[in-house]
Amino acid sequence: MIELNKDNFEQEVMQAEGPVIVDFWGTKCEPCKALMPEVERLAEQYKDKIKFCKLNTTENRRLAISQKVMGLPTFIVYKNGEKVKEISGADNCTPEAIENLIKENI
Amino acid sequence: MDKIYDVAIIGGGPAGLSAGLYASRGRLDAVIIEKGRWGGQAATTEELENYPGSIEHPTGPKLTERMREQAKAFGTEFINDEVAGFDLTDKVKVIKLREGEIKAKTIIIATGAQHINLGAPGEDTFRGKGVSYCATCDADFFTELEVVVVGGGDAAVEEAIYLTKFADKVTIVHRRNEFRAAKSIVEKAMANEKIHIIWDSVVEEIYGDGIVEGVKLKNVKTGEVTDYRTDGVFIFVGTKPVSDIVKGIVDMDPKGYIITDAEMKTSVEGIFAAGDVRVTPLRQVITAAADGAIAAISAEKYIAEKFGH
Repeated sequence: MIELNKDNFEQEVMQAEGPVIVDFWGTKCEPCKALMPEVERLAEQYKDKIKFCKLNTTENRRLAISQKVMGLPTFIVYKNGEKVKEISGADNCTPEAIENLIKENI
Repeated sequence: MDKIYDVAIIGGGPAGLSAGLYASRGRLDAVIIEKGRWGGQAATTEELENYPGSIEHPTGPKLTERMREQAKAFGTEFINDEVAGFDLTDKVKVIKLREGEIKAKTIIIATGAQHINLGAPGEDTFRGKGVSYCATCDADFFTELEVVVVGGGDAAVEEAIYLTKFADKVTIVHRRNEFRAAKSIVEKAMANEKIHIIWDSVVEEIYGDGIVEGVKLKNVKTGEVTDYRTDGVFIFVGTKPVSDIVKGIVDMDPKGYIITDAEMKTSVEGIFAAGDVRVTPLRQVITAAADGAIAAISAEKYIAEKFGH
């Protein structure tokens, strides 16, 4: 998975060809960390169909807020530099919901 | 899988982890099934000042991780999967998971409780955009900003204190004119200059443009509605049991909390319940852990009686 920051966000997400999914997480977000192995598994499974990125919001707070993300965990799918769909909150971001989000957008 | 466990524990919070520890120390074959993250609700709180021995900020994630290591050290097994159903026709119970099934002589339900929603317009729309139910997850975003905390119990007041480490101003909105929270917590909050309190009021609506910009507050005594500007809304208005998987199987109260006796026995033989999911006067890490220990010992007794060893 590609680690995003303010220097590569524009290029990796906004200028990307094809769908991109971004996992917004934080170092103190336990639900986010618990999801990580599942997300890595999905990233491997769908690596040819969608680009997987993660963004540590603890280190990139302003960038997250610029994407109107103020809560974790959040997963956003971008296409052609635009947000297509997002899910947020520990009870909404289940592995199945993340997989559905991917399937709907590839 | 042909293995028959002595105890299958559903839920990996403090109740389940303690049940695992006590069962394994009693030389029972124990397995804990957890559908999400380990540690339960306790893993999402930084402040755990009321668990005996937990001085010098142990934090919820750290304490629950150590509980898990401790259970593991004595032989408890862990499965990350979701329970889909049960087959309780035989003496040995079958627990159906999303992937496969397991067999066990006894079941301990330790599925806990989860936050309830406020039910105000805007709450869903601004989820992850200023509306939060987890201070440790989201506090960072509100560094030097202003937040509203809704509620008046231990969780609301403790998390409000935690949020003052980040936000410039924390306003607690409570529907009554006094807190239900423990006195020591309330005193700490009252002494904190960053904390402001609005009594007798409820959040009627959460509004914004992409992210939260404010709330509409209604005074329940006068009926007056006012606008209150804020960057975030943290909601701690109570919990509900996570007991859908055993609905219709064990007896519950009208709210869905499982009814047990003092030995944690439910209405079904060989099924026990422990922790926040059960009808109990206090829902804390310490009561969950205690319930887990009692449930494991009761399971051990039941096995000795019914299975003869």
